[in-house]
Amino acid sequence: MVSEDEPAARLKEYEGRAAAASGTGKDPVNLPMIRHWCEAMGDTNPAYEGPDAISPPTMLQAWTMGGLSGHTGRSQAYDELLGLLDEAGCTSVVATDCEQEYVRPLRPGDEVTFDTVIESVSDRKTTKLGTGYFVTTRTEVRVGQARHLAGTHRFRILKYAPAGRRPKEPERKEKQPARRGTQPPARRPRPVVNRDNAGFWEGVGRHRLLIQRCAACGTIRFPWLPGCNACGGPDWDTVEASGEGRVYSYVVMHHPPFPAFDPPYAVALIELAEGVRMISNVIGVPCDKVRIGLPVHLEFQSYDDELVLPVFRAREEETV
Amino acid sequence: MRTGEKLPPLEIPITRTLIVAGAIASRDYQDVHHDAELARQKGSPDIFMNILTTNGLVGRYITDHFGPTARLRKVAIRLGAPNYPGDTMVLTGTVEEVDGDTATVRVVGSNGIGRHVTGRVTVTVPSAGAVTVPTGATVPTDTAAPSGGAG
Repeated sequence: MVSEDEPAARLKEYEGRAAAASGTGKDPVNLPMIRHWCEAMGDTNPAYEGPDAISPPTMLQAWTMGGLSGHTGRSQAYDELLGLLDEAGCTSVVATDCEQEYVRPLRPGDEVTFDTVIESVSDRKTTKLGTGYFVTTRTEVRVGQARHLAGTHRFRILKYAPAGRRPKEPERKEKQPARRGTQPPARRPRPVVNRDNAGFWEGVGRHRLLIQRCAACGTIRFPWLPGCNACGGPDWDTVEASGEGRVYSYVVMHHPPFPAFDPPYAVALIELAEGVRMISNVIGVPCDKVRIGLPVHLEFQSYDDELVLPVFRAREEETV
Repeated sequence: MRTGEKLPPLEIPITRTLIVAGAIASRDYQDVHHDAELARQKGSPDIFMNILTTNGLVGRYITDHFGPTARLRKVAIRLGAPNYPGDTMVLTGTVEEVDGDTATVRVVGSNGIGRHVTGRVTVTVPSAGAVTVPTGATVPTDTAAPSGGAG
């Protein structure tokens, strides 16, 4: 399949290339920097003090940081990749993941070197912050002349174009953390009703869940379609679903949040007693209690003056 | 140290000072971690905590609980809702798995707007397990050596 995301294809060419080769730490591991770190973190662990001190393991990346004077050993490939992302409008950056393994403690006096590989560049993704690309790198931090492995560090950043860059705030003001709430609540998306599915939505309006049935061969089908998948017959009538069903499969939606949806919530594929399956929400049970096989029954939920949707409530005896 | 054990929560007030001190101590001079004006220009309502500080706080949370002999083996975190000044983050942890003297702890840090961090920490607590190293035993050179060991 040809990707329509042309920049992504170019960006993928950077996977596997070095982002830094034989970078060196700007300072040897040292007690003052360890102490400043511990002060900031409020960390009073005695393992990080005195003659036998080790560096806090989570400081691993700090020893490789370029600081104000910039990175050493960063490769041309990595600069090119970041440049391409800037050109694509993805000028902002935020770190999303950090996975570190600690193999050997770092101690004052240790000289740190590191090599970084670009592990992956994602397709273009839409996030709450904006659209952009996740870039994952993996760094091996080594120590001393013998270059013993001290630890590894996988790091993921999102390079993104800020979503709907807010007009500059009128005046500086000390703000409490951003909270939503002043705008009118967003409305759920409206169904797209067309000639083929109008009968279904008409049924929902009357609180009936209607399944199509082929007039020729009797096969039931869902979602609604103009013809029968089994025999091709164009004629149909309907049967009303009993409303009983089970969770056939599900996902729990955590991120990104969409207007009118409040994550986390479960999106389930419900197998109706009649045998067809439909996507819906499971209600009446926390999203982390939804399970494959969970018995559910149909309800019609009103979201606003116009919108009614079929949803499925977990059977009470199963939710203990 | 047992599976299912819950660590006492740790409340961390997210002050402007903590965000800036953490950024500078980790040598991260990205403007969004110290300059509110520039952070706003980039679409953020304020400065926010950098990932290295979150990583350090998660590490501290674990070693505070398991004590100075605890050795962190692995810390893997994912960030969600940013830590902005004025908020409070509450770290909670649950021991998910225990293997000898090594535990895997699931950590969640929640703030006023959601989950700031979720992650897993692998930690070895020498006195906690049944495994002891016999006197004179050699320590493999590619594993973390005890105090005074190879390095």
